[in-house]
Amino acid sequence: MEKAELIEKINAVLVEEFEVEPETITPDADIKRTLKLDSLSLVDMVALIESEFKVKIQNSQIASLKTFSLLYDFIYDNIEK
Amino acid sequence: MTNRRVVITGMGIYSCLGNGLDAVKESLYNGVSGIIFDQARKDLGFRSALTSHMETPDLKGVLSRSQRAFMPEQAKYAYVATAEALKNAKIDQDYLDSHIVGLLYGNDSSAEPVYKSCQTMFEKHDTTLIGSGGIFQSMNSTVTMNLSCIYRLKGINLTVSGACASSSHAIGLGALLIRNGLQDMIVCGGAQEVNPYAVGSFDGISAFSIRESEPTKASRPFDRDRDGLVPGGGAATVIIESYESAVKRGAPIIAEVLGWGFSSNGDHISTPNVDGPTRSLEMALQQSGVKLNEIGYINAHATSTKVGDTQEAKAIFNVFGDACPEVTSTKSQTGHEMWMAGASETIYSILMMKNGFIAPNINFENPDEDSAKLKIPAKRIEKNFDMFLTNSFGFGGTNSTLIVKNL
Repeated sequence: MEKAELIEKINAVLVEEFEVEPETITPDADIKRTLKLDSLSLVDMVALIESEFKVKIQNSQIASLKTFSLLYDFIYDNIEK
Repeated sequence: MTNRRVVITGMGIYSCLGNGLDAVKESLYNGVSGIIFDQARKDLGFRSALTSHMETPDLKGVLSRSQRAFMPEQAKYAYVATAEALKNAKIDQDYLDSHIVGLLYGNDSSAEPVYKSCQTMFEKHDTTLIGSGGIFQSMNSTVTMNLSCIYRLKGINLTVSGACASSSHAIGLGALLIRNGLQDMIVCGGAQEVNPYAVGSFDGISAFSIRESEPTKASRPFDRDRDGLVPGGGAATVIIESYESAVKRGAPIIAEVLGWGFSSNGDHISTPNVDGPTRSLEMALQQSGVKLNEIGYINAHATSTKVGDTQEAKAIFNVFGDACPEVTSTKSQTGHEMWMAGASETIYSILMMKNGFIAPNINFENPDEDSAKLKIPAKRIEKNFDMFLTNSFGFGGTNSTLIVKNL
């Protein structure tokens, strides 16, 4: 999967799950603030990424994934190609 | 200790007889059955695929994603019922934010989320994939934890688990707290999940009717040819408050909770006796301070099982004798709404009381020796009455009886 296509798919599943407007998701936007995630819904995002893209985000890695851009890179680097 | 009057100022219901009071009243009046045959249960190996049926409410756009994530189906039913009850009681969020309002709701299972969480563990070997909702949906107190957060309630916050008497006990306990001055207003009710996982083990003990060829005739409380109960569900909410509180805020006062009786059989886990229910009825009457002939209608617990209906008929006849008013079981129409039944049957009875009729005990075609001693109308009757008694009994021999007066 090309990275642009992957990004489009990531955005689509996040918009669907967290019921936000698509235009609020930009590469430099803060994930937690944009998706309105608290400690519980953050678990749902991790579970969603794992079930949709088969990419496991460890607890120790969550804190570093602050923006969508960082999340895209992480998934792209770890997804089975 | 104070001894305040306790009144009902709002009601809401989501049941197989309809979504909301108006629809349910019509179904009661017309003797409609909410029972269907569910092929999915047969495919799971159920002895009986009969159940009540309703759609799970779609609350997208009503509640936020994070609020919905924690709600199993019965919490959604409870939300819809509670929203209707609060609206009818003329209570808005500003009122809830500025007063101490309690919550006592009957619920005694949340099987589907437990099953789904376990399925994820078996298949994926990764608990993260259960998601954040699993724990909150799985707990027995799921309804009260959800409603208390959605409505920002600040009074007592407690789930009552007393098997099929759960929500009758919830109303009784709520009335006691208000009577004693510990709370001014409590949201009371009961919720019951309708998915097959909740009742597969119940089906396994051969408690359900197997009259699958005639689903609407399967639930036949007090009828000689009854062969078991039909599981049902949904949710029902009543807003109870002190008479002073209701008058002060100009609330629509619907009825008064006069008394609550309770008892434990101290006997078999599933087979009821006569003594326990008798004591529950007598206690409710004594607490209410009313005479037998003031009770104009009895809403029986009768679930359509051989032994349960028989023992209750004996208990009612023992207590009321010739003074016994009409007795029906609305479970003939709804099936057994279990954790919800005490609250829903209080509402069904109030709807009848307010509209001058007694809904038919449908499918009552031939009495047996004990039901023959009671006045059980198989057809709807038009009757004005101002007081009723409603029974709810549960596994483990827990009994609850409420007496409610028209206002």
